[in-house]
Amino acid sequence: MKQLWLYIWRNWQLYVLLLGPVAYFLIFKYGPMYGILIAFQDFNLFKGVLGSPWVGFDVFREVFSMSAFYKALRNTFMLNLADLLFSFPAPILLALMLNEVSRARFKKWTQTLLYLPHFLSWVIIGGIMLQVFATNTGIVNLLLGHLGIDPIPFLTNKYNWLVTYLAVGIWQSAGWGTIIYLAAIAGINSELYEAASVDGAGRIRKMWSITLPGIRPTIVVLLILKIGEIVQIGFDRPYVIGNVSVLDFSEVISTFVYKTGVQTANFSLATAVGLFQALVGIVLLLASNRIAKKITGNGVF
Amino acid sequence: MKAANRKPSISQTSGGRAFELVNMGIILVLVILCLAPLLHIASMSLSSNRAILSGEVTVFPLEINLEAYRKIFQDNSMIRSLLLTVALTAGYTGLSMLMTIFAAYPLSKRLKGGKPIMFFIIFTMFFSGGTIPDYLLIRSLHLTNHLGSLLLPTMINPFFLIILITFLRSLPAGLLEAAEMDGSSHFHTLIRIVLPLSLPALATLSLFYAVGRWNGFMDALMYITDPRLYPIQLKLYQVVMNSMTNDPLSMQGDQVVSVLPEGIKAASIMFATVPILLVYPWLQKYFISGVMIGAVKE
Repeated sequence: MKQLWLYIWRNWQLYVLLLGPVAYFLIFKYGPMYGILIAFQDFNLFKGVLGSPWVGFDVFREVFSMSAFYKALRNTFMLNLADLLFSFPAPILLALMLNEVSRARFKKWTQTLLYLPHFLSWVIIGGIMLQVFATNTGIVNLLLGHLGIDPIPFLTNKYNWLVTYLAVGIWQSAGWGTIIYLAAIAGINSELYEAASVDGAGRIRKMWSITLPGIRPTIVVLLILKIGEIVQIGFDRPYVIGNVSVLDFSEVISTFVYKTGVQTANFSLATAVGLFQALVGIVLLLASNRIAKKITGNGVF
Repeated sequence: MKAANRKPSISQTSGGRAFELVNMGIILVLVILCLAPLLHIASMSLSSNRAILSGEVTVFPLEINLEAYRKIFQDNSMIRSLLLTVALTAGYTGLSMLMTIFAAYPLSKRLKGGKPIMFFIIFTMFFSGGTIPDYLLIRSLHLTNHLGSLLLPTMINPFFLIILITFLRSLPAGLLEAAEMDGSSHFHTLIRIVLPLSLPALATLSLFYAVGRWNGFMDALMYITDPRLYPIQLKLYQVVMNSMTNDPLSMQGDQVVSVLPEGIKAASIMFATVPILLVYPWLQKYFISGVMIGAVKE
């Protein structure tokens, strides 16, 4: 005991530094956890958490009887699954192509430009989309017009919207996503390539037999992480790109929680939805991490 | 990245050259696809009403017309949002970095009690109260319509913290021990030795924090209702998405509509985009090294 105090005395400066960060996490991260209680209450803003009546699982019963909730849940799954199918492979392909470029300057420049969309906010991207896909002045429909194709309502028909949502996702993230794969490729032993060259392997062959297997662990870990996050969805992208005419597809859990909670002040309901989502998310994340550990021998945490 | 193109032999056969050309060609097309939307917006913002309406503007501006920008610069609310966001981003980045360093330095030293504190922090990455409890906390702290709501709740990003801890642990241990032998206090070591050695990592994280704040939208949407406190993304959202009227900047009514809403919207988008476009190419190498450090930990 005395030794511990001596240790702390000698290192008091380190503990002082930690005070601010610990206070931050206590107040802003653990503080809200107390608010989860209102999912089990008929919460009244004026009575607060202490004064509001407890209702057990009634709020959850209400949530599970709402068709709007199921629609938001379905859309969350749908958009994430579609992203997994189409957006996930995009950076892998792009990284393979960039890796084959031997001119350093060309590579550097194209990479810089391909990263660019990642740094734009979803509000900016949403604004760009509105203009680019506008039926009479947008560049996409203008070009289609030159080809003799009638304007396509990319953002107001829900099936078209789904495609647009996915395409925009790829546009925003594919370039940035290559960084991690290029790093993995850089880590592949170059003797493997030399040996393959001696054996007469062409570039495609080397890509297929050396590069791809070389980055497989990276692909697997990222894929599993993605699967673990399948009930989680960011707010900005569906909220900004979505619109009233495609609400049938664009309403996801995060936007649903915002609308029922903040906009219509149904705090208990929105908290219960959020809690449900967080719990399912944790289960999926732990499960997928366990799978990652089994497959690659080393998990994410 | 550097090591990636250390290909021992690029076959100079005609097949190899054709492959190279096709590959570069496809990449070039993708780059153009990447830039075309931005060029379109830039051209819209600079073109005349007639050219926009007739659907002639693609990626080059036609009949240059700066009226849209003139309107934006006349409208104080847009400039105000921009300046506010610049200040907010600077303040947020400074505060976040300070707190992240405060947490990272002691935790990188594996001090007693560090492990539970680490768990205490990492736990919040996987479980949180959620949107509504966050919102209620900010309300009860009277931070709505207060810039504190945009600075405090996301002050430390646990993921960035881990990146910094990993980096600090990679510093040469001998150097730090030597300093301690010489009787340097922890504060002194931190300021004189650790921080100067960590500049690349500190630059990376500052940039991540800054971009996050600059692009931040949801927190402003939830916590800020006073238009005078709108950060640029929220302002842009109002102008570009929410305007059902002809004149998104809602200027005085006596003006004849001299600029199309498309032009104003395009100019507003450029207005919020250009600052990022100006900085990001210069900072690219830091971003990349940051992702790499993060990846190592993962």
